[in-house]
Amino acid sequence: MTKVASRLPDILKRHDAAILKEWVNEQLSVSRPEAMKESALREHAQRFFGLFRDAVQSGELGDVSGPAWAAVREMLGELSQSCTTLGYTPTETATFVLSLKQPLFTRLRQEVGRDAEALADETWAVTGLLDQLGLYTTEVFLKGREDLIRRQQQDMMELSTPVVQLWDNVLALPLIGTLDSARTQIVMENLLHKIVETGAAIAIIDITGVPTVDTLVAQHLLKTVAAARLMGADCIISGIRPQIAQTIVHLGVELANVVTKATLADAFQIALQKTGASIGKATAR
Amino acid sequence: MDRIPILRMSEFLLVTIQVDMHDRLAMALQEDLTDQIVRHRSHGVLIDISTLEVVDSFIGRMIGNIAGMSRILDAETVVVGMRPAVAITLVELGLSLPGVRTALDVDKGMQLLRTSLHGTSNGAS
Repeated sequence: MTKVASRLPDILKRHDAAILKEWVNEQLSVSRPEAMKESALREHAQRFFGLFRDAVQSGELGDVSGPAWAAVREMLGELSQSCTTLGYTPTETATFVLSLKQPLFTRLRQEVGRDAEALADETWAVTGLLDQLGLYTTEVFLKGREDLIRRQQQDMMELSTPVVQLWDNVLALPLIGTLDSARTQIVMENLLHKIVETGAAIAIIDITGVPTVDTLVAQHLLKTVAAARLMGADCIISGIRPQIAQTIVHLGVELANVVTKATLADAFQIALQKTGASIGKATAR
Repeated sequence: MDRIPILRMSEFLLVTIQVDMHDRLAMALQEDLTDQIVRHRSHGVLIDISTLEVVDSFIGRMIGNIAGMSRILDAETVVVGMRPAVAITLVELGLSLPGVRTALDVDKGMQLLRTSLHGTSNGAS
């Protein structure tokens, strides 16, 4: 787009208070009451409108990625980030900018009403401008969301693979959530390092928290078991639910070389037996 | 060409690999070890690979082969001290070394050998 000899800067300068007021009213009428507090909205609107007006004075109406619009972009970035954390919908966030169209169009019609061609040009310029700003807002909003998701994924990855020491030489690895190759890698590394650290002879892999076991998950489990065995530790797989036992057999997964137990308690007992320890109730005798 | 030393400890043979394995070294070890097992009539072999940092599929297979040969010569073989990274690599290569006994360190490997030969972990040697 070329620079347009637009009358928009002039109009904004002369009617800024009136347009701002109409805009805020417009927003208040469309937004749901719990979306944004009126005072906050007013404040945001005032800040944005001030920056917008200054940017428009520069005459760069075609392209909002230029330096003249840096302040506006920054403000919108902050706004959409706070919208992300407050849980607004993308529509609500974009509407903040797009609702400015109506009051501006009204003004334009009043000012250049008689010249239809000029009015169309002006309207087109303003639409293009506000659309770009609206899209920018949505983009930042989505990016905020994506960052949040990525961070949560990483947290989950770190949180969900603990290796706990149950007894001398006995480790437990409670697995929660689906096992994909990336997680298996982390789980395997954690387990093997812990085996070196504690000198454990037995590792119990508890899959109570694994929702489904398909061939891929089973293969990952077997890999972990094989790696632990190479380090000199025996593995017991525990926490196999009835449905999972059925799926494993139906899928034809070979778990014959691995000791499997229904519950962690059973596995622990076997582990104690193998390490030569015993445990019982004090009053049993 | 340097060779990997094979130490005799009463009825066991102790092999500690302290250099990076390359293919000819592995072949030489295979020959030496089988010779020694027959000569000393050893009943247990302990291979310590705790300093081995890099393995490829060939070395992995050699370790498996050496263990298999020792077993045919009636010597129980235990591979000890495998590093986590090496274990993961071998598994990813599809070499989970079935039939090879493993232990975390030399001490535990020795115990395992004694148990399997004498039935007790502190049996006299």
